[in-house]
Amino acid sequence: MKNIKHIFKKEFNSYFVTPIAYIVISLFLLVIGWLFFSTFFLNRQASMMRFFSLLPITFSFIVPAITMKLFSEELNLGTYEILLTLPVKFSDIILGKFLAAISFIVIMLLPTLIYAISISFVGELDWGPVIGGYIGAILLGAAFSAIGIFASSLTRNQVIAFITGMTICFALTLLTDFLLYFIPNTFIGFFQYFSANFHFQNISRGLIDSRDILYFITISFIALYGANLVMKEKK
Amino acid sequence: MIQVIELSKNYGDVKALKSVSFEVKKGEILGLLGPNGAGKTTTYRILTGYLKPTSGTIKVKDFDINEDMVEIKKMIGYLPESAPIYKDMLVYDYLNYIADIRNVSQSNKFSHLKELSDICRLKNVMHKTIDELSKGYRQRVGIAHALMGDPDILVLDEPTSGLDPNQIVETRDIIRRIGKEKTIIFSTHILSEAEATCDRVVIMDEGEIKANDTIGNLKKSTNEDNFETIFRMITKGS
Repeated sequence: MKNIKHIFKKEFNSYFVTPIAYIVISLFLLVIGWLFFSTFFLNRQASMMRFFSLLPITFSFIVPAITMKLFSEELNLGTYEILLTLPVKFSDIILGKFLAAISFIVIMLLPTLIYAISISFVGELDWGPVIGGYIGAILLGAAFSAIGIFASSLTRNQVIAFITGMTICFALTLLTDFLLYFIPNTFIGFFQYFSANFHFQNISRGLIDSRDILYFITISFIALYGANLVMKEKK
Repeated sequence: MIQVIELSKNYGDVKALKSVSFEVKKGEILGLLGPNGAGKTTTYRILTGYLKPTSGTIKVKDFDINEDMVEIKKMIGYLPESAPIYKDMLVYDYLNYIADIRNVSQSNKFSHLKELSDICRLKNVMHKTIDELSKGYRQRVGIAHALMGDPDILVLDEPTSGLDPNQIVETRDIIRRIGKEKTIIFSTHILSEAEATCDRVVIMDEGEIKANDTIGNLKKSTNEDNFETIFRMITKGS
Protein backbone atom coordinates (compact mmCIF):
# COMPACT_ATOMS: atom_id res chain seq x y z
CA MET A 1 0.00 0.00 0.00
CA LYS A 2 2.86 2.37 0.89
CA ASN A 3 4.53 1.72 -2.45
CA ILE A 4 1.30 2.49 -4.33
CA LYS A 5 1.33 5.87 -2.57
CA HIS A 6 4.97 6.57 -3.51
CA ILE A 7 4.46 5.61 -7.16
CA PHE A 8 1.23 7.60 -7.28
CA LYS A 9 2.99 10.68 -5.88
CA LYS A 10 5.88 10.43 -8.32
CA GLU A 11 3.61 9.91 -11.35
CA PHE A 12 1.17 12.63 -10.35
CA ASN A 13 3.95 15.18 -9.81
CA SER A 14 5.60 14.21 -13.08
CA TYR A 15 2.45 15.29 -14.97
CA PHE A 16 3.00 18.86 -13.87
CA VAL A 17 6.74 19.27 -14.48
CA THR A 18 6.26 19.44 -18.24
CA PRO A 19 3.84 21.72 -20.12
CA ILE A 20 1.90 18.70 -21.44
CA ALA A 21 -0.48 18.61 -18.45
CA TYR A 22 -1.37 22.25 -18.82
CA ILE A 23 -1.86 21.85 -22.58
CA VAL A 24 -4.14 18.82 -22.13
CA ILE A 25 -6.22 20.57 -19.43
CA SER A 26 -6.51 23.74 -21.53
CA LEU A 27 -7.44 21.78 -24.62
CA PHE A 28 -10.10 19.85 -22.71
CA LEU A 29 -11.63 22.99 -21.17
CA LEU A 30 -11.54 24.80 -24.50
CA VAL A 31 -13.14 22.02 -26.53
CA ILE A 32 -15.80 21.02 -24.01
CA GLY A 33 -16.50 24.63 -22.99
CA TRP A 34 -17.03 25.70 -26.58
CA LEU A 35 -19.16 22.68 -27.52
CA PHE A 36 -21.26 23.09 -24.37
CA PHE A 37 -21.83 26.84 -24.34
CA SER A 38 -22.23 27.28 -28.11
CA THR A 39 -25.73 25.73 -27.86
CA PHE A 40 -26.42 26.29 -24.15
CA PHE A 41 -28.50 29.47 -24.48
CA LEU A 42 -30.51 28.09 -27.41
CA ASN A 43 -31.96 25.37 -25.17
CA ARG A 44 -33.15 27.87 -22.55
CA GLN A 45 -32.64 25.24 -19.82
CA ALA A 46 -30.51 25.48 -16.69
CA SER A 47 -29.02 22.02 -17.15
CA MET A 48 -25.58 20.37 -17.41
CA MET A 49 -27.04 17.46 -19.41
CA ARG A 50 -25.41 18.56 -22.67
CA PHE A 51 -22.03 18.96 -20.94
CA PHE A 52 -22.16 15.39 -19.62
CA SER A 53 -23.38 13.98 -22.93
CA LEU A 54 -20.19 15.37 -24.53
CA LEU A 55 -17.86 13.79 -21.96
CA PRO A 56 -17.57 10.21 -23.30
CA ILE A 57 -16.49 11.33 -26.77
CA THR A 58 -14.14 14.02 -25.37
CA PHE A 59 -12.62 11.61 -22.86
CA SER A 60 -12.06 9.10 -25.69
CA PHE A 61 -9.17 11.17 -26.98
CA ILE A 62 -8.19 13.21 -23.89
CA VAL A 63 -7.74 10.28 -21.46
CA PRO A 64 -5.46 8.20 -23.75
CA ALA A 65 -3.35 11.37 -24.14
CA ILE A 66 -3.02 11.50 -20.34
CA THR A 67 -2.11 7.83 -19.99
CA MET A 68 -0.02 7.23 -23.12
CA LYS A 69 3.28 7.99 -21.40
CA LEU A 70 2.74 5.92 -18.27
CA PHE A 71 4.48 2.77 -19.54
CA SER A 72 5.57 3.69 -23.09
CA GLU A 73 7.93 6.39 -21.87
CA GLU A 74 9.47 4.04 -19.29
CA LEU A 75 9.96 1.38 -21.97
CA ASN A 76 11.46 3.90 -24.37
CA LEU A 77 13.87 5.57 -21.91
CA GLY A 78 14.90 2.31 -20.23
CA THR A 79 13.62 3.44 -16.82
CA TYR A 80 11.30 0.41 -16.99
CA GLU A 81 14.34 -1.63 -15.91
CA ILE A 82 14.77 0.62 -12.85
CA LEU A 83 11.06 0.35 -12.06
CA LEU A 84 10.94 -3.44 -12.28
CA THR A 85 14.07 -3.97 -10.21
CA LEU A 86 12.79 -1.89 -7.29
CA PRO A 87 11.25 -3.90 -4.43
CA VAL A 88 7.67 -3.33 -5.57
CA LYS A 89 4.98 -5.62 -6.94
CA PHE A 90 3.54 -5.30 -10.46
CA SER A 91 0.16 -4.52 -8.95
CA ASP A 92 1.65 -1.62 -6.92
CA ILE A 93 3.16 -0.10 -10.06
CA ILE A 94 -0.05 -0.39 -12.05
CA LEU A 95 -2.32 0.88 -9.27
CA GLY A 96 0.02 3.81 -8.51
CA LYS A 97 -0.05 4.90 -12.13
CA PHE A 98 -3.81 4.29 -12.39
CA LEU A 99 -4.56 6.48 -9.34
CA ALA A 100 -2.29 9.22 -10.70
CA ALA A 101 -4.25 9.25 -13.98
CA ILE A 102 -7.61 9.37 -12.15
CA SER A 103 -6.39 12.21 -9.93
CA PHE A 104 -5.26 14.12 -13.00
CA ILE A 105 -8.74 13.70 -14.49
CA VAL A 106 -10.32 14.99 -11.26
CA ILE A 107 -8.04 18.06 -11.39
CA MET A 108 -9.01 18.53 -15.05
CA LEU A 109 -12.73 18.35 -14.20
CA LEU A 110 -12.55 20.72 -11.22
CA PRO A 111 -12.65 23.97 -13.25
CA THR A 112 -15.85 22.76 -14.94
CA LEU A 113 -17.62 23.10 -11.59
CA ILE A 114 -17.61 26.82 -12.41
CA TYR A 115 -20.02 26.00 -15.26
CA ALA A 116 -22.47 24.41 -12.81
CA ILE A 117 -22.15 27.24 -10.28
CA SER A 118 -22.62 29.87 -13.02
CA ILE A 119 -25.69 28.06 -14.37
CA SER A 120 -27.19 27.86 -10.86
CA PHE A 121 -27.13 31.69 -10.79
CA VAL A 122 -29.05 32.08 -14.04
CA GLY A 123 -31.66 29.36 -13.47
CA GLU A 124 -32.92 26.54 -11.23
CA LEU A 125 -30.21 23.90 -11.55
CA ASP A 126 -31.11 20.37 -10.41
CA TRP A 127 -27.98 19.32 -8.50
CA GLY A 128 -28.87 15.58 -8.45
CA PRO A 129 -27.93 14.89 -12.09
CA VAL A 130 -24.89 17.20 -11.73
CA ILE A 131 -23.52 15.18 -8.81
CA GLY A 132 -24.41 11.94 -10.65
CA GLY A 133 -22.70 13.31 -13.74
CA TYR A 134 -19.46 14.02 -11.92
CA ILE A 135 -19.49 10.58 -10.24
CA GLY A 136 -20.08 9.07 -13.69
CA ALA A 137 -17.29 11.22 -15.16
CA ILE A 138 -14.81 9.89 -12.60
CA LEU A 139 -15.92 6.30 -13.22
CA LEU A 140 -15.70 6.83 -16.99
CA GLY A 141 -12.29 8.49 -16.58
CA ALA A 142 -11.13 5.53 -14.47
CA ALA A 143 -12.26 2.97 -17.05
CA PHE A 144 -10.66 4.90 -19.93
CA SER A 145 -7.47 5.43 -17.87
CA ALA A 146 -7.22 1.67 -17.32
CA ILE A 147 -7.64 1.13 -21.07
CA GLY A 148 -4.99 3.79 -21.75
CA ILE A 149 -2.59 2.15 -19.29
CA PHE A 150 -3.14 -1.21 -20.99
CA ALA A 151 -2.42 0.40 -24.40
CA SER A 152 0.67 2.09 -22.98
CA SER A 153 2.01 -1.20 -21.62
CA LEU A 154 1.92 -2.70 -25.11
CA THR A 155 4.43 -0.42 -26.83
CA ARG A 156 7.40 1.89 -26.32
CA ASN A 157 5.92 4.35 -28.84
CA GLN A 158 3.63 6.91 -27.18
CA VAL A 159 1.82 7.75 -30.43
CA ILE A 160 0.91 4.10 -30.98
CA ALA A 161 -0.18 3.86 -27.32
CA PHE A 162 -2.39 6.94 -27.80
CA ILE A 163 -3.98 5.65 -31.02
CA THR A 164 -4.58 2.18 -29.55
CA GLY A 165 -6.13 3.60 -26.37
CA MET A 166 -8.23 6.11 -28.30
CA THR A 167 -9.53 3.42 -30.69
CA ILE A 168 -10.69 1.17 -27.84
CA CYS A 169 -12.30 4.11 -25.97
CA PHE A 170 -14.03 5.36 -29.14
CA ALA A 171 -15.28 1.85 -29.89
CA LEU A 172 -16.76 1.54 -26.38
CA THR A 173 -18.33 5.00 -26.63
CA LEU A 174 -19.84 4.67 -30.08
CA LEU A 175 -20.65 0.95 -29.91
CA THR A 176 -24.43 1.18 -29.76
CA ASP A 177 -24.63 4.13 -32.18
CA PHE A 178 -22.75 2.09 -34.77
CA LEU A 179 -24.53 -1.16 -34.08
CA LEU A 180 -27.95 0.47 -34.50
CA TYR A 181 -27.32 0.40 -38.25
CA PHE A 182 -26.15 -3.21 -38.43
CA ILE A 183 -28.09 -5.36 -35.99
CA PRO A 184 -31.79 -6.13 -35.42
CA ASN A 185 -33.53 -4.12 -32.70
CA THR A 186 -34.01 -7.22 -30.51
CA PHE A 187 -30.25 -7.49 -29.93
CA ILE A 188 -29.65 -3.83 -29.21
CA GLY A 189 -30.42 -4.20 -25.51
CA PHE A 190 -27.76 -6.89 -25.23
CA PHE A 191 -25.06 -4.92 -27.07
CA GLN A 192 -25.99 -1.72 -25.27
CA TYR A 193 -24.66 -3.25 -22.10
CA PHE A 194 -21.13 -3.11 -23.54
CA SER A 195 -21.34 0.60 -24.37
CA ALA A 196 -19.57 3.04 -22.03
CA ASN A 197 -21.81 5.84 -23.31
CA PHE A 198 -25.00 3.97 -22.37
CA HIS A 199 -23.88 3.39 -18.76
CA PHE A 200 -22.46 6.88 -18.40
CA GLN A 201 -25.69 8.52 -19.61
CA ASN A 202 -27.65 6.46 -17.05
CA ILE A 203 -25.49 7.77 -14.20
CA SER A 204 -25.45 11.35 -15.52
CA ARG A 205 -29.24 11.42 -15.34
CA GLY A 206 -28.78 11.08 -11.59
CA LEU A 207 -29.68 7.37 -11.51
CA ILE A 208 -26.92 5.64 -9.60
CA ASP A 209 -27.52 2.00 -10.56
CA SER A 210 -25.13 -0.70 -9.30
CA ARG A 211 -25.08 -2.27 -12.80
CA ASP A 212 -23.60 0.90 -14.30
CA ILE A 213 -21.02 1.19 -11.54
CA LEU A 214 -20.17 -2.50 -11.93
CA TYR A 215 -19.67 -1.98 -15.67
CA PHE A 216 -16.98 0.70 -15.16
CA ILE A 217 -15.31 -1.29 -12.38
CA THR A 218 -15.27 -4.39 -14.62
CA ILE A 219 -13.76 -2.50 -17.58
CA SER A 220 -11.09 -1.00 -15.27
CA PHE A 221 -10.28 -4.38 -13.75
CA ILE A 222 -10.04 -6.19 -17.12
CA ALA A 223 -7.80 -3.48 -18.62
CA LEU A 224 -5.49 -3.28 -15.58
CA TYR A 225 -5.30 -7.05 -15.42
CA GLY A 226 -4.39 -7.02 -19.12
CA ALA A 227 -1.57 -4.53 -18.39
CA ASN A 228 -0.39 -6.81 -15.59
CA LEU A 229 -0.28 -9.79 -17.99
CA VAL A 230 1.57 -7.74 -20.62
CA MET A 231 4.19 -6.73 -18.03
CA LYS A 232 4.67 -10.33 -16.94
CA GLU A 233 4.92 -11.45 -20.57
CA LYS A 234 7.69 -8.88 -21.22
CA LYS A 235 9.91 -10.78 -18.77
CA MET B 1 25.42 -15.29 -0.37
CA ILE B 2 24.40 -15.73 -4.03
CA GLN B 3 24.10 -19.08 -5.80
CA VAL B 4 23.45 -19.10 -9.54
CA ILE B 5 22.22 -22.60 -10.35
CA GLU B 6 22.10 -23.93 -13.92
CA LEU B 7 20.66 -20.68 -15.19
CA SER B 8 19.45 -20.60 -18.80
CA LYS B 9 17.69 -17.90 -20.77
CA ASN B 10 16.45 -18.11 -24.34
CA TYR B 11 15.27 -15.16 -26.44
CA GLY B 12 13.31 -17.08 -29.09
CA ASP B 13 15.91 -19.32 -30.75
CA VAL B 14 18.86 -17.41 -29.30
CA LYS B 15 20.37 -19.01 -26.19
CA ALA B 16 21.68 -16.07 -24.17
CA LEU B 17 22.58 -18.19 -21.14
CA LYS B 18 23.43 -21.89 -21.27
CA SER B 19 23.14 -23.53 -17.86
CA VAL B 20 25.35 -21.07 -16.01
CA SER B 21 26.34 -21.83 -12.40
CA PHE B 22 28.56 -19.90 -9.98
CA GLU B 23 28.60 -18.60 -6.42
CA VAL B 24 29.37 -15.27 -4.81
CA LYS B 25 30.54 -15.25 -1.20
CA LYS B 26 29.58 -12.63 1.37
CA GLY B 27 31.79 -9.54 1.19
CA GLU B 28 33.37 -10.60 -2.09
CA ILE B 29 33.88 -8.32 -5.09
CA LEU B 30 33.21 -10.47 -8.13
CA GLY B 31 34.02 -9.30 -11.65
CA LEU B 32 31.64 -10.73 -14.24
CA LEU B 33 33.64 -10.27 -17.43
CA GLY B 34 33.19 -11.13 -21.06
CA PRO B 35 32.83 -9.66 -24.53
CA ASN B 36 29.58 -7.98 -25.62
CA GLY B 37 26.77 -10.53 -25.91
CA ALA B 38 28.41 -12.93 -23.44
CA GLY B 39 25.30 -12.98 -21.20
CA LYS B 40 26.47 -10.71 -18.36
CA THR B 41 23.59 -8.24 -18.55
CA THR B 42 21.07 -11.09 -18.91
CA THR B 43 22.48 -12.66 -15.72
CA TYR B 44 22.15 -9.32 -13.89
CA ARG B 45 18.64 -8.80 -15.19
CA ILE B 46 17.54 -12.20 -13.92
CA LEU B 47 19.23 -11.66 -10.55
CA THR B 48 17.51 -8.29 -10.13
CA GLY B 49 14.05 -9.47 -11.21
CA TYR B 50 13.82 -7.68 -14.55
CA LEU B 51 13.80 -10.96 -16.50
CA LYS B 52 12.66 -14.48 -15.70
CA PRO B 53 14.95 -17.41 -16.45
CA THR B 54 13.93 -20.03 -19.00
CA SER B 55 15.26 -22.64 -16.55
CA GLY B 56 17.45 -22.78 -13.47
CA THR B 57 17.37 -20.39 -10.56
CA ILE B 58 19.32 -17.96 -8.39
CA LYS B 59 19.29 -18.16 -4.60
CA VAL B 60 20.14 -15.13 -2.49
CA LYS B 61 20.63 -16.11 1.15
CA ASP B 62 17.64 -18.44 1.59
CA PHE B 63 15.43 -16.78 -0.97
CA ASP B 64 14.72 -18.09 -4.47
CA ILE B 65 14.13 -15.71 -7.42
CA ASN B 66 11.18 -17.80 -8.58
CA GLU B 67 9.37 -17.43 -5.25
CA ASP B 68 10.61 -14.47 -3.21
CA MET B 69 11.65 -11.86 -5.76
CA VAL B 70 10.45 -8.84 -3.75
CA GLU B 71 12.54 -9.98 -0.73
CA ILE B 72 15.59 -10.44 -2.97
CA LYS B 73 15.08 -7.01 -4.55
CA LYS B 74 15.18 -5.48 -1.05
CA MET B 75 18.71 -6.88 -0.60
CA ILE B 76 20.06 -5.75 -3.97
CA GLY B 77 21.07 -2.31 -5.19
CA TYR B 78 21.27 -2.32 -8.99
CA LEU B 79 22.91 0.04 -11.44
CA PRO B 80 21.86 -0.96 -14.96
CA GLU B 81 24.17 -0.23 -17.89
CA SER B 82 24.13 3.50 -18.87
CA ALA B 83 22.08 4.26 -15.73
CA PRO B 84 18.62 4.96 -17.17
CA ILE B 85 16.96 7.38 -14.72
CA TYR B 86 14.00 9.75 -14.83
CA LYS B 87 15.44 12.76 -16.61
CA ASP B 88 12.68 15.21 -15.72
CA MET B 89 13.17 14.78 -11.96
CA LEU B 90 15.44 16.77 -9.66
CA VAL B 91 18.32 14.69 -8.28
CA TYR B 92 17.00 15.25 -4.73
CA ASP B 93 13.42 14.29 -5.68
CA TYR B 94 14.62 11.17 -7.48
CA LEU B 95 16.74 9.95 -4.56
CA ASN B 96 13.96 10.85 -2.15
CA TYR B 97 11.53 8.75 -4.23
CA ILE B 98 13.91 5.78 -4.24
CA ALA B 99 14.39 6.19 -0.46
CA ASP B 100 10.61 5.98 0.00
CA ILE B 101 10.31 2.89 -2.21
CA ARG B 102 13.24 1.27 -0.39
CA ASN B 103 11.45 1.96 2.88
CA VAL B 104 14.12 4.21 4.42
CA SER B 105 12.53 5.51 7.63
CA GLN B 106 11.53 9.17 7.68
CA SER B 107 13.83 9.85 10.64
CA ASN B 108 16.90 8.46 8.84
CA LYS B 109 16.04 9.62 5.37
CA PHE B 110 17.64 13.05 5.44
CA SER B 111 20.92 11.84 6.97
CA HIS B 112 21.02 8.90 4.54
CA LEU B 113 20.49 11.21 1.56
CA LYS B 114 23.23 13.48 2.88
CA GLU B 115 25.57 10.53 3.35
CA LEU B 116 24.97 9.30 -0.20
CA SER B 117 25.40 12.77 -1.66
CA ASP B 118 28.78 12.89 0.12
CA ILE B 119 29.89 9.41 -1.00
CA CYS B 120 28.86 10.01 -4.62
CA ARG B 121 29.84 13.71 -4.55
CA LEU B 122 26.41 14.93 -5.61
CA LYS B 123 26.11 17.84 -3.18
CA ASN B 124 26.36 20.51 -5.87
CA VAL B 125 23.80 19.00 -8.21
CA MET B 126 21.04 17.90 -5.82
CA HIS B 127 18.82 20.79 -6.97
CA LYS B 128 19.34 20.14 -10.69
CA THR B 129 17.18 18.05 -13.02
CA ILE B 130 18.87 14.81 -14.08
CA ASP B 131 18.53 15.93 -17.70
CA GLU B 132 20.98 18.79 -17.01
CA LEU B 133 23.71 16.49 -15.68
CA SER B 134 26.77 15.19 -17.52
CA LYS B 135 27.10 11.44 -18.07
CA GLY B 136 29.52 11.19 -15.15
CA TYR B 137 27.11 12.84 -12.75
CA ARG B 138 24.22 10.68 -14.02
CA GLN B 139 26.33 7.63 -13.31
CA ARG B 140 26.91 8.91 -9.78
CA VAL B 141 23.17 9.38 -9.32
CA GLY B 142 22.78 5.79 -10.52
CA ILE B 143 25.33 4.61 -7.94
CA ALA B 144 23.54 6.61 -5.22
CA HIS B 145 20.31 4.92 -6.36
CA ALA B 146 21.98 1.50 -6.05
CA LEU B 147 23.28 2.35 -2.55
CA MET B 148 19.94 3.65 -1.30
CA GLY B 149 18.64 1.79 1.75
CA ASP B 150 22.08 0.28 2.39
CA PRO B 151 21.52 -3.02 0.51
CA ASP B 152 23.84 -5.97 1.27
CA ILE B 153 24.50 -6.69 -2.41
CA LEU B 154 25.44 -4.32 -5.21
CA VAL B 155 25.06 -5.26 -8.87
CA LEU B 156 26.82 -2.76 -11.13
CA ASP B 157 26.61 -3.29 -14.88
CA GLU B 158 29.54 -1.50 -16.51
CA PRO B 159 29.55 1.40 -14.05
CA THR B 160 32.45 3.14 -15.82
CA SER B 161 31.32 2.69 -19.43
CA GLY B 162 31.33 5.91 -21.46
CA LEU B 163 33.06 7.96 -18.75
CA ASP B 164 36.20 10.05 -19.23
CA PRO B 165 39.43 8.93 -17.48
CA ASN B 166 38.89 11.25 -14.48
CA GLN B 167 35.32 10.06 -14.01
CA ILE B 168 36.48 6.43 -14.31
CA VAL B 169 38.97 6.94 -11.47
CA GLU B 170 36.32 8.68 -9.34
CA THR B 171 33.74 5.93 -9.94
CA ARG B 172 36.33 3.24 -9.21
CA ASP B 173 37.17 5.00 -5.93
CA ILE B 174 33.51 5.00 -4.95
CA ILE B 175 33.23 1.25 -5.70
CA ARG B 176 36.38 0.50 -3.70
CA ARG B 177 35.16 2.51 -0.72
CA ILE B 178 31.72 0.92 -0.59
CA GLY B 179 33.13 -2.52 -1.48
CA LYS B 180 34.68 -2.86 1.96
CA GLU B 181 31.30 -3.58 3.51
CA LYS B 182 29.25 -5.13 0.71
CA THR B 183 29.03 -8.03 -1.68
CA ILE B 184 29.55 -6.62 -5.16
CA ILE B 185 29.12 -8.08 -8.62
CA PHE B 186 30.24 -5.80 -11.39
CA SER B 187 31.24 -5.93 -15.01
CA THR B 188 33.68 -3.86 -17.01
CA HIS B 189 35.53 -3.91 -20.31
CA ILE B 190 38.54 -2.24 -18.67
CA LEU B 191 40.49 -5.28 -17.58
CA SER B 192 43.03 -3.34 -15.51
CA GLU B 193 40.06 -2.06 -13.49
CA ALA B 194 38.89 -5.63 -12.85
CA GLU B 195 42.43 -6.63 -11.91
CA ALA B 196 42.68 -3.77 -9.43
CA THR B 197 39.25 -4.20 -7.88
CA CYS B 198 38.04 -7.82 -7.99
CA ASP B 199 38.67 -10.64 -5.51
CA ARG B 200 37.65 -13.13 -8.18
CA VAL B 201 36.47 -13.09 -11.80
CA VAL B 202 33.92 -15.10 -13.74
CA ILE B 203 34.65 -14.89 -17.47
CA MET B 204 31.68 -15.55 -19.75
CA ASP B 205 31.44 -15.99 -23.49
CA GLU B 206 28.48 -16.95 -25.68
CA GLY B 207 26.28 -17.62 -22.64
CA GLU B 208 28.73 -19.99 -20.94
CA ILE B 209 31.25 -19.69 -18.14
CA LYS B 210 34.79 -20.04 -19.50
CA ALA B 211 36.71 -19.31 -16.29
CA ASN B 212 35.90 -18.83 -12.61
CA ASP B 213 38.92 -18.06 -10.41
CA THR B 214 41.10 -15.36 -8.90
CA ILE B 215 43.21 -13.41 -11.39
CA GLY B 216 46.34 -14.67 -9.60
CA ASN B 217 45.33 -18.32 -10.12
CA LEU B 218 44.45 -17.66 -13.76
CA LYS B 219 47.91 -16.19 -14.29
CA LYS B 220 49.52 -19.25 -12.68
CA SER B 221 47.47 -21.80 -14.61
CA THR B 222 48.07 -20.13 -17.97
CA ASN B 223 51.71 -19.14 -17.31
CA GLU B 224 50.85 -15.70 -18.59
CA ASP B 225 51.34 -12.47 -16.72
CA ASN B 226 49.18 -10.16 -18.78
CA PHE B 227 45.50 -10.43 -17.81
CA GLU B 228 44.37 -8.96 -21.12
CA THR B 229 46.15 -11.78 -22.99
CA ILE B 230 44.57 -14.34 -20.65
CA PHE B 231 41.14 -12.81 -21.27
CA ARG B 232 41.66 -12.96 -25.03
CA MET B 233 42.84 -16.57 -24.84
CA ILE B 234 39.81 -17.58 -22.79
CA THR B 235 37.28 -15.76 -24.96
CA LYS B 236 38.96 -16.86 -28.20
CA GLY B 237 39.81 -13.26 -29.00
CA SER B 238 43.33 -14.12 -30.14
